[in-house]
Parts: sequence; C-alpha cells; structure tokens
Amino acid sequence: MALTREQMASRIAKEIQDGYYVNLGIGIPTLVANYIPKDMDVILQSENGMLGIGPFPTEDEIDPDLINAGKQTITEMPGSSYFSASDSFAMIRGGKVDLTILGAMEVDENGDIANWMIPGKMLKGMGGAMDLVAGAKHVIVVMQHVAKDGSSKILPKCTLPLTGTGVVNLIVTELAVIEVTNAGLKLLERAPCVSVEDIIKATKAKLIIPDNVKEMVV
Amino acid sequence: MNKIVANADTAVQDIFDGATIALGGFGVCGIPENCISALVKLGIKNLTCVSNNAGVDDFGLGLLLKNRQIKKMISSYVGENKLFEQLVLSGEIELEATPQGTLAEKLRAGGAGIPAFFTPTGAGTVVATAKEVRVYNGRNYILEESITTDFAIVKAWKGDALGNLVYRKTARNFNPIAATAGRITIAEVEELVPVGSIDPDMVHTPGIYVKRIFQGSNYEKRIENRTTRSN
Repeated sequence: MALTREQMASRIAKEIQDGYYVNLGIGIPTLVANYIPKDMDVILQSENGMLGIGPFPTEDEIDPDLINAGKQTITEMPGSSYFSASDSFAMIRGGKVDLTILGAMEVDENGDIANWMIPGKMLKGMGGAMDLVAGAKHVIVVMQHVAKDGSSKILPKCTLPLTGTGVVNLIVTELAVIEVTNAGLKLLERAPCVSVEDIIKATKAKLIIPDNVKEMVV
Repeated sequence: MNKIVANADTAVQDIFDGATIALGGFGVCGIPENCISALVKLGIKNLTCVSNNAGVDDFGLGLLLKNRQIKKMISSYVGENKLFEQLVLSGEIELEATPQGTLAEKLRAGGAGIPAFFTPTGAGTVVATAKEVRVYNGRNYILEESITTDFAIVKAWKGDALGNLVYRKTARNFNPIAATAGRITIAEVEELVPVGSIDPDMVHTPGIYVKRIFQGSNYEKRIENRTTRSN
C-alpha cells in the first residue's frame, strides 16, 4: 500500500531529533508538525521571520499579522521570537537550522533538486527554497514518487531548472525512503506491501539495493 | 524634527514614472496598503518593484499589476498570483526571480553601503548565470549585487514623528530592510504615537532611515490562507 500524505508526514517526523530547529515547507511538510513527539523540544522556524510556530489558531485567535511562510494563520509558542527577513535568512544560510523539509518536482542521483518552475508552463518562484537547501544542515525531500503522467520524479539527472545541487540527504515518497549517499541513491525502506521491484520500476534513477530493505513502520 | 505628512497621497506624490520602489510585506501580510492604493490613483507607470511577492490578484501589488503600472518585479515568489504568473510567462512584465534570502540580503547590504556579496544560495542553478563564482573552503559562492531604490515604502505598527518604527509579529518581514534600501523611505503606520513614547530599546527601525511618515486608515489586513483548529 502506498503511503497517504499523513503517513508520509509521520514517517518523516521520525527523522527529527530532540533540540532541532526545523523549517517546514508548504504542503505535506507542514503536516509533519502534527507528528513530532510531545516530549521532544523542537522549535519550528518560519522563513518569513519567526521562531516558535504554534498550532493553527481558533477562530477567536486569528491574527492577520501572524502567518507562516505558506501564508496560513498560526499562533506563537511561549518563547517565540520575531525578526526581519534578513535575520531569518542569516540563520538559514548561516547553518543554524538543523533540518528543512520541502517538496520537489524532481530529485536526482547527485542530490540535486528542482522545485520552482517548468519553463514556459508554470512559475511559482523559488521563494526561500534555494536558501534553505543551501543552508540547512539536513535536507529532506517529500514528494510523490511518480508524476501524474506516470513519469518518475527520481531521475539520473534533473531536467527542470534546479533549486540546488548536491543538497538533498533523504527522499521520502509514498513508496520508499531513499538516502542520498556519495555512491548514489540507496533504498532504505519500502512502504508496507510495496515490493523492491515496484520501487525500482517507479524510479528512473539507479538505486543501490541493500540485501535487506525493511518495511516502513507507519 | 517632524517627518509627518498628511496622508498616503501626499507621501507618494513625487514618485515618478520609471521609479524603482522597494516594498515591505510577505504575501499580503504587513504590506503598505494605503500607499499602494495611492500609487494606483497616481497612475504612474513603468515601475520596478522590489517586493518578495506581488500581492494577490485583487489586493496589494496585484492592483498595480492589473493596472499595468509595473514594468519589472524583483521577487522570490509568484505563487498563487495567477495574473502575475500570466504576465511573466507572456513576457508582458519582466521578473527577476531572486531567492528570498538573497533578496533580503540585497536590500540589507544595499541599505548598509555594501555593493555586492558572495552567497552559496543558487550556486549551480540558473540564478548563477553570468555571475562571478568563487570557491571558499571548497564550496561555490556566487556574487550578488545589492539593491538600493529611489523609494522604499514600508508598513509598521507604530511610529513617531522622528520616523522610529515598531513592527508587529510576522508583519515585520521585509519591512525593516526595505526601509534601509530606499533613497526616500515612506512609512505608513497603524498608530502615530508621541515622540518619547516608544521605548528606545524596542525600536525596530531607527528614525534615520525614514523620510516621511503618516498614520494610515481603513486597514483591510487581508488573510490569504485562513487556517484554524476547532478548539
């Protein structure tokens, strides 16, 4: 069974360590916050200028001056801080953020990532993604393994304009967990009831397959 | 010293065709709503706007896009603004797509008298095209030029006649750095307070950066993604 969005988020949460400062991208990465163990001290950074993102507000708590980088209304935690965009990216570029989790259109064997435009067709802009992949200590990509047209999003070499080169550490999809190593992409885990063969078939990049690929615990 | 002007119309009256303007705001959070409306009214054209986003279709800088008053945007995110995306893809307006942190640092450095800087952001991507690359400690860095502008327009929560500004929560975002990058900086505030009533330790933008200030009105403070929890 391929993982749901929620299951992918819960799997990624296992990569978070006590004491981490974490920046979560838009979409599935935002869901990861729901699966961080309660007994862990983790502080969420929002690149628009905040440390200490709290849960979504109740209807009464909504404050238009308090949003995350996805422009969603949020709340603050005790001990939060606000700062300017230049301070925010100083801490990102300066390597103070332990982990960033973001979506992608393509990733490849070199750990390159493309997630901001399709020439002539779609233009979202890179936002803070280029700075985050360049600066965060660990980079996790979460995405669907194959595109809507059935083509693999994990490639020998990205074809779309890049967001960063050699920056991705871990790829989590609905089918697999894949580590980017110096030797290439290594299959670490498979989704329940998904075979290694299914994953190889869905992956255009070359995969290093260890003897024992364990099933994900979700 | 008194930098107070009557209203947005007075504050922006000398902004001219072809001017470059840095604007504060992230999405539509903390944007100078009153001045943007005044620019729409003023009708000046061929503007180059430095702003992280371009508002949404019918609010914020989206209003200037709709009116075809903008020639070029220097931004990091087009996102959900369909009109912006269309205008860029069809070549009607020019977009200098700039990584958000690089954009922030361009404004900070520009305002601080630093003409250019090396950053790892964007190395090996199209952002690095035609830019000098240097290797420090085995890693590639690209040379990015700073930004200063004819005008900067920012929005703060509180301000005084000396131009001291205090922002609120994540409405701070690009405002303090945009404020430093303009040759003439205009600040609109929700509340003008008497000089001396802001604790000097709590000033976010010291008054030296601000040329004109006024108390805005009728803030809509639109929310792009209203997300709530039930209890």
